[in-house]
Amino acid sequence: MPANPALDQLRQRIRRIEAGARPSRGGLAFGLDVLDRRLPAGGLQLGALHEVAGGGNGAVHGAAAALFAAGIMARTQGPVLWCVTRRDLFAPALAQAGLHPDRIIFAEVGDEKTVLACFEEGLRHGGLGGVVGEVAKLSITASRRLQLAAEGSGALGIAIRRWRRATEAADFGQPTASATRWRISALPSAPLPVPGVGRARWLVELIRARAAA
Amino acid sequence: MLARDDAAARLGLAPGLPVSKAQAMVKGLIVIEGDPAADAQALDRLAIWAQRRYAPLVAPDPPDGLMIEVAGSAHLFGGEEALMCDLAERLAAAGFAARIAIAPSYGAAHALARFGPPPAVAIGPKGLAPALSPLPVASLRLPVDMVAALSRLGFDTVGELAAAPRGSLAHRFGDLVLTRLDQAFARVAEPFEPVEAPERLAVRRNFAEPIGAPETLARYTGKLVEALCAELDARSLGARRLDLFFHRVDNRIEAVRIGTAKPVREVKRLTRLLVERIERVDPGFGIEKMVLAASVAEPLGYRALTSLLDVQAPDVSDLIDTLANRIGRAGQVYRPAATVSELPERAVARIAPLAPATAKSWPTEWPRPSRLLDPPERIETMALLPDHPPAFFTWRGVRRRVARADGPERLFGEWWRSDAEMEAVRDYFCVEDDGGERFWLYRAGDGEDPASGAQDWFIHGIFG
Repeated sequence: MPANPALDQLRQRIRRIEAGARPSRGGLAFGLDVLDRRLPAGGLQLGALHEVAGGGNGAVHGAAAALFAAGIMARTQGPVLWCVTRRDLFAPALAQAGLHPDRIIFAEVGDEKTVLACFEEGLRHGGLGGVVGEVAKLSITASRRLQLAAEGSGALGIAIRRWRRATEAADFGQPTASATRWRISALPSAPLPVPGVGRARWLVELIRARAAA
Repeated sequence: MLARDDAAARLGLAPGLPVSKAQAMVKGLIVIEGDPAADAQALDRLAIWAQRRYAPLVAPDPPDGLMIEVAGSAHLFGGEEALMCDLAERLAAAGFAARIAIAPSYGAAHALARFGPPPAVAIGPKGLAPALSPLPVASLRLPVDMVAALSRLGFDTVGELAAAPRGSLAHRFGDLVLTRLDQAFARVAEPFEPVEAPERLAVRRNFAEPIGAPETLARYTGKLVEALCAELDARSLGARRLDLFFHRVDNRIEAVRIGTAKPVREVKRLTRLLVERIERVDPGFGIEKMVLAASVAEPLGYRALTSLLDVQAPDVSDLIDTLANRIGRAGQVYRPAATVSELPERAVARIAPLAPATAKSWPTEWPRPSRLLDPPERIETMALLPDHPPAFFTWRGVRRRVARADGPERLFGEWWRSDAEMEAVRDYFCVEDDGGERFWLYRAGDGEDPASGAQDWFIHGIFG
């Protein structure tokens, strides 16, 4: 297609208008160049929705994914809302990841629909540092609502995807409106010169990053 | 004789018996003068209590009943069963012997509470006919002589009466029988005059033309909230609970209820909480009157602004209210707090989300899993006693080889809680399988002394 200067100009104007309505909130850098340089905001985009799932059995229990989310939320400012249906999250581990219990508000609800509703409510509010929601299904419509709510308030949204069975994790390939998508799997711990469990290590996969270079 | 207690019932005394006869039958009978006016007042007080606690629509049903419309508020208690349990427990604690029934119609609930299986029963629309049929005709709130006349004709149960031809029943006994039957089977609605607490603050609005569109309802809700907030402001109060009543043209009343964590009199915030619930309201043929009442209000003064330079902590109380009203009692909004207990099951307390910051956290010397299994799941293991971690374990049908392990971390039972925990010991191990997944296992017992535990192995958590 031949370049059309008028069209290009128009595109640029539209981009400026859109950018004006949704100010870029900057990113939360990991401090790891190998990750940060692949992310358009130089880190996790604030005011956006991110998805995290565990690999292998982690798709069911989501233990590493929860710690990953807690570590990120620990670096935001303000209270963190965490919406769950299953009651197995253990707050002392989140505290070890740096997320102080005074900052966490848990919303324990009966079904996933309510998780999504609370998730969105939290993202829309604006007074929170971030919101974490644990869901199995995340439709494109639901994720777009969450993404828009996050854009409006600047809060960081993390959807932890965990399923009832490991086979259902194929759902993670479905498109959603989230900015990034991560998979965290446990790796054998760092070897020690003596018997014992060394420092935990993860395989962190960035599966998708919207608008990445 | 108006009423009797259980002991009197065992002696064969029944209401309606002349007192002189009863005294002749039982020596030393204690007779207390009846006071119907005081009874009625007490019933009113009980109704107001039930209104504050359970549902916006409550009416006393003299001489000895309460009607509570739970349709809009049972979910706040986690369902009808849970609501009945709560009600029964609280009434028993207050010294009332009560029988409770939840049914789709008031007539059916009235009949089941008095003639159904004690102490409590809940039926849905499908269970209505089977539940009502075996009840005696007297359960239909008919005059005594009419019940006797029906019984002479051979009508003993509601089911027999319902099966009889309507025309001849109406001809012989008048419309009342049919009305009561229809009311019991939820075929016609029954008007309901809810009790009003005398001190409650309320604003109302009548409509010349009935309204029904959701946007119109929302708009007038906003106006009512504005008026109520002005009243609250004049009294330096904030609302903790609001009830919004919609009086329909067909004499039914629909109600919604919201609660807040702190006293509030912000128009915008209260309006938003109410409007979210309006979608549950069925306007029927239209609404002719709306009443907004602050059923629970608490003092709310003004707060001085602190220095402009202070960074104010963001106020999330409105978010908490929105979430709590949405979730109801099917779930919970809470903040975790550290307790002094070492045992993982007891390490986390739930405190109110708006409670002041505790500034306390858990000790960090020992690793803790991010997912805790509650209850711990039993696993099959192969381990050397007394203090080795397992070499293999099988959990949920998967056998895993333990590649690395740390431990034991010994946790002792809390003897101050129960005698059984006096000697109890758990040895926790942090293990990693070949694939790198890390688990938190424990052995109930110290591996030697049977008093310390059964030496069975459990998995208690998964590390991230």
